Amino acid sequence: MLEILIEPLQYGFMQRSLAAAVLVGILCAVVGSYLLVRRLSLLGDAISHSLLPGLAIAFILGVNIYFGAFVAGILSAILIGWIHTRSPIKEDAAMGIVFSAFFAVGIALITLVQRENKIDLNHFLFGNILGVTATEVRDIAIITVLILIAILALYKELLFYCFDPLGAQAAGLPTAAFNAGLMILVALTVVASMKTVGVILVLSLLITPAATAYLLVPRFHQVMIVGAGLGVLSSMSGMYLSYYFNLPSGPAIVMVASGLFFLALLFSPEYGLLARFYRHWVAPSLR
Amino acid sequence: MDGITPPSARWHRSLTDQAAVTVRHLDVSYGSVQALRDISFTVAPGQLIGIFGPNGAGKSTLIKAMLGLVPASGSVLYGDRPLAEQLAQVAYVPQRSQIDWTFPATVWDVVLMGRVRQAGYLHRFSARSRYIAAEALERVGMAAHRNRRIGQLSGGQQQRVFLARAIAQEAEIFCFDEPFVGVDQKTETILFSIFRELASTGKTIFVVNHDLGESIANFDQLVLLNRELIAVGSRSQVLTLDHMTRAYGGYVNFYAQEAA
Repeated sequence: MLEILIEPLQYGFMQRSLAAAVLVGILCAVVGSYLLVRRLSLLGDAISHSLLPGLAIAFILGVNIYFGAFVAGILSAILIGWIHTRSPIKEDAAMGIVFSAFFAVGIALITLVQRENKIDLNHFLFGNILGVTATEVRDIAIITVLILIAILALYKELLFYCFDPLGAQAAGLPTAAFNAGLMILVALTVVASMKTVGVILVLSLLITPAATAYLLVPRFHQVMIVGAGLGVLSSMSGMYLSYYFNLPSGPAIVMVASGLFFLALLFSPEYGLLARFYRHWVAPSLR
Repeated sequence: MDGITPPSARWHRSLTDQAAVTVRHLDVSYGSVQALRDISFTVAPGQLIGIFGPNGAGKSTLIKAMLGLVPASGSVLYGDRPLAEQLAQVAYVPQRSQIDWTFPATVWDVVLMGRVRQAGYLHRFSARSRYIAAEALERVGMAAHRNRRIGQLSGGQQQRVFLARAIAQEAEIFCFDEPFVGVDQKTETILFSIFRELASTGKTIFVVNHDLGESIANFDQLVLLNRELIAVGSRSQVLTLDHMTRAYGGYVNFYAQEAA
């Protein structure tokens, strides 16, 4: 058993994949905890789908593609906010309109680019953790460290803001800046995770480990820590599944993360379906 | 700053710098709907002020506009400067419906939020902040529940935790939006007794309420609204048949007059 886990690590590409899996697992769960409690899961989805055109345009212009992707993600968040404040269109509809439009432009551009260059659209859509380069691992590490420092520095302010935005605003906290800051964190996180899970499925790594942890522990920082552990477990398992079964890494990671979630949904001591069943039907009849 | 100050010294810390709140020509519009029109009044410090009016009268909007939480024209001064620029002096407790009660936070987490502003960026909560938060929790009778998840409490207990958070903020001006909705009698008694204590140390407390029952006798000043200011002043000045008819359109159960 142990051999199955250790044997592949003699290869350099597997060591890089392992590093990327650990970093992305932690980063996504921590940032995703904020999306979960602010009920912004769909915004995470919208931003991630919107990265593609930026990526393609940057490739065409010869700029760093991750930078291009980040800019597109931020632009989509701004555009969603603009449509929803300047017109009677509601936020969810604005998200649907913007992210599908960005996604379509991105797919069209990358398809055009793909004809002449060896760039594989599937790697951006579904992830290819086994193909991460040393530079990419370094960039993911830098983004992860910066984001974790920012969150650590503003933890108590962000907790107040997420729990009670009006109360935080009335206490004089800059809530509009916090909101914009969270969007930037989400865009950076999605960009950093693109190569491992792909833009279509990154939402899962953002939301699912955090949601699983939410079923298990009562405090926000615990949700982040347990979520990070589950995120790392999911992305590492996904990496091995990808290695042994030649699967795209995104779907493999998501299947593990989702499996863990359903286990928690069944067996969580407080919110688990079995615990509820016991409390409602079995415990009363034993009295 | 970081030492532990005895409570008595803290409560009287700033008696000298307490000032009046002055609202002048406050207008609030949502799109094409005017929510509040030309509201003006002044309240002296040390008062418990009840903001009354029918549903949709703009009671919550008045509080939010005073604190700069919604766009408004006109001015709201605390002393001689805009209140919205002195939010460190304000503790605000929103309506219960504004809060996600399934949020992963314990009672202790919520009370400590009252110390976030005072602790300052990049600082951990000091021993003094923890002492003040613990003492506030004690005052509202919730110290024993400090490690429970906020969602496991009753409505009354949740409201008392928010009161503790407001106390921990050590504010001069307190704003409570519908604090009595969905709470038990014990909580209502605790809330009013603490409001009274705060007022007696010169704090100004605004309470949005809609219950015209006997509890109205607890307020020093009433503000009666129906999108515009109907009346402001003592109970006997405000609770007249004429005012109540203008605010409620004649459908009011006139228990209020006895309380006055």
